[in-house]
Amino acid sequence: MKTRILGFAALAAVAAMTAIALFVVPADLNQGDAQRIMYPHVASAWLGYLSFGVTAISGILWLWKRDLRFDAIAVSGAEIGVMFTAFAIWGGMMWGRPIWGVFWQWEDPRLTTTALLLALYVGYLLFRRLTDDPQRRATRAAIVGIVAAVDIPIVHFSVEWWRGLHQTATIASPDRVLNPAAPMIFVGTLLGMLGAFTLAWGYLMIRRYQLARAELAREEAVRIGRLEDARRGVARSEAAR
Amino acid sequence: MTDAGFVIAAYAVIIGGLGLYTVTLWRRLNSARRELDRDDEAR
Repeated sequence: MKTRILGFAALAAVAAMTAIALFVVPADLNQGDAQRIMYPHVASAWLGYLSFGVTAISGILWLWKRDLRFDAIAVSGAEIGVMFTAFAIWGGMMWGRPIWGVFWQWEDPRLTTTALLLALYVGYLLFRRLTDDPQRRATRAAIVGIVAAVDIPIVHFSVEWWRGLHQTATIASPDRVLNPAAPMIFVGTLLGMLGAFTLAWGYLMIRRYQLARAELAREEAVRIGRLEDARRGVARSEAAR
Repeated sequence: MTDAGFVIAAYAVIIGGLGLYTVTLWRRLNSARRELDRDDEAR
């Protein structure tokens, strides 16, 4: 019930923030309407980081505690992170064409490291399919998830470390939130969209976690069923002897 | 394409994708739960 309420709250918040971003906030003086893409783009990028961070931390907790619930959280983070990172890339491309004149530029460190991050976690999801044993799968996936997470700070700080097309962070510290480079109405809308997307992220994480747990229970049931079939087979062959 | 076209393309894919993923997730979750219930009944 609480999850359902969270779902409705997320739906209302995303709908409201989309309407505000598209119809209420004025267009940017320099970038025009294209600047409106920044709201879902930045929110998606942050949630991509958060999701993959959750995957890496859950991977560490799995290796430490050996509790498959952490693996269920890890796979949820990876799948949802892939979706949000793909949204961030798409939004960035739609903004880049009218503002930079190009959809994509491989020489840009932020773009390239983000594409690498997406590829790493798509690989993580594919890697999980290589084995049916939940324990072995969780261990291997945890290692991949932790190693792949090294790219998260590289993506984030790439705009500070190297020169490229992508601008540096508009909001990088609490001081920049209070004294942002952009007008308050833009920053407020950005934070509002971030909040709305985070609600949606929370809802999706809970539902994806429930799915991962149900899939694990199903795998376990199939395994027990196979064991019982095998036991019955052995008992039958012994009775026939 | 105009700026508005890029804005529509961006929002359509992001908001539409979010909705589509949510619906797909519900269906996957319901299907997994149904299978579990069927297993329980079979036992």
